[in-house]
Amino acid sequence: MTGTELLLEGAVKVVAAFALLLVNTLLLVWFERKVVSDMQNRVGPNRAGPFGILQTVADGLKLFFKESLTPRKAEFVPYILAPVAALVPALLIFLVIPIGRPFTIGDRTVQLVGMDLNIGILYILALSSLAVYAVVLAGWSSGSKYPLLGAVRASAQMISYEAAMGLALVPLILFTGTTSLVAIVDGQAGSFGGLVPAWNVVLIPSFAIFFIAGVAETNRAPFDLVEAEQEIVGGYHTEYSGLRFALFFLAEYINMFNISAITVVLFLGGWNGPDFGAPASVAWLFPILWFLLKTYVLLFVFVWIRASLPRMRYDQLMTFGWKRLIPISLLWIVLSTVAIGWRRFPPGWWPPEWWPFA
Amino acid sequence: MWHEAVAMGVISDLLGPMKGFAVTFRQMFKPRVTVQYPKEQRVKPQRFHGRHVLNRYPDGMEKCIGCELCAGVCPARCIYVRGADNPEEAPISPGERFGFVYEINMLRCIFCGMCVEACPTEAITMTHLFEMSVTDRQDAIYTKDELLVRRDGTPNHPQPEGPLIDLRELRLGDGWLRATASSGRAAYEGEIAWTPSAGPGLRPPERGQRPDDPEEAR
Repeated sequence: MTGTELLLEGAVKVVAAFALLLVNTLLLVWFERKVVSDMQNRVGPNRAGPFGILQTVADGLKLFFKESLTPRKAEFVPYILAPVAALVPALLIFLVIPIGRPFTIGDRTVQLVGMDLNIGILYILALSSLAVYAVVLAGWSSGSKYPLLGAVRASAQMISYEAAMGLALVPLILFTGTTSLVAIVDGQAGSFGGLVPAWNVVLIPSFAIFFIAGVAETNRAPFDLVEAEQEIVGGYHTEYSGLRFALFFLAEYINMFNISAITVVLFLGGWNGPDFGAPASVAWLFPILWFLLKTYVLLFVFVWIRASLPRMRYDQLMTFGWKRLIPISLLWIVLSTVAIGWRRFPPGWWPPEWWPFA
Repeated sequence: MWHEAVAMGVISDLLGPMKGFAVTFRQMFKPRVTVQYPKEQRVKPQRFHGRHVLNRYPDGMEKCIGCELCAGVCPARCIYVRGADNPEEAPISPGERFGFVYEINMLRCIFCGMCVEACPTEAITMTHLFEMSVTDRQDAIYTKDELLVRRDGTPNHPQPEGPLIDLRELRLGDGWLRATASSGRAAYEGEIAWTPSAGPGLRPPERGQRPDDPEEAR
């Protein structure tokens, strides 16, 4: 395994990840608009290309050609760097998510993941904390009051829901005994008694809290007070236009995909799924398809939530984060630790012979 | 027992928000209400207040007698009329005067229909035309030759029939005919309301117009 081979492998993985994320954003913007319009009894975009599928391309081109204004009162360097600072963590988070079963080329096993970090979960939490910087920088450096308000609210919101996210993952780490995402996915292969897949979703409170906190992290409805057009014009991205706005937009959708993908990997079995006895030449495709299918189901839930729920008021948002999610996740840590400890060091009288979940 | 009732109440409270999700999910399978304009056009109500036209009698004479009642009643003061005496050898309208200058500023018009109500000869009526975009303020002042219907009674539309304009509906009965139609009132069924476009000649008076007949005067 020479240095150049490693470098080449790394380069190919990075390019593939980048391409996957960009194509996915194209698809996701269209998907969201179509699903939201279906839920509102109207036809979504249907002009640009068949079924409007080129609508995102048209939007991107429009943003590309728009003038990128810089307000006179803006602090120039943070103003320029903020969109980049939003996009980079979003792209980097994807690098630790495994999307398929490892395959062998010649004498090498290639993992379908950018980098199999054994501190994968910590890396994800750290990078999502970095994403807060971008929002705060953008809002403050724009030099006007609505972005500043939006940025302050965003920072408080994102920080409080990150606490809930981290706490929700503690039982998961105890349950699986590892923070490496690849190991977590491998641990979810197989099934309980041949019927129920062995996904980590048995930790239902963790799943629910992580998903809800994930929706709040990405500033999506109903937690989208940060960018509420009816209230603070555009929040932290008010003063941005053209390509810089496109980068924020891109970062938000890539974050949506990341949160869905991480939830799938941690709780819903990742790329595990039956391959229906397909021949080996096609069987390598099935894990990737399962991963994408599950991720898109969760993205549908993201969009469904957006279409159904009204926006939360700021104090309701903070109450929900601090007074509901965090105590529930703390309680769940206590309960699950008791259950996991019992599983690890069982007393003589439990589990009995017939208990399948030992 | 009361604790079962409490438990059921708590569960239904927790699942209450899920009903909202079910509503949005169900809507995905219902038909869409979008009208794909301009390929599909909506059918407008009969008395739709569209663009005005100046009508003619079936023999070709203009109905407008230049009395300026429409200009007087217009709340937006968008009509400008100047009458002139009918030339003796070639009268333009059956009367002493005709509308020599007739202009409506569509940017000021509020489409209230008061001019239609005020006109004594049903010269000005409203059609279903609504596609009136212009690129210059001057073009929005519709002059008489744009407003006057053609010899065969079809409205004069500056734009040719195309994907955005559907001129078929203009060849339906004129606005006054539609405005005074019985439209479902059972008492007037089968009675054509008065309009010269249904042909020349006298017609029996309308219901309730003969005071000496006790039945009709009700």
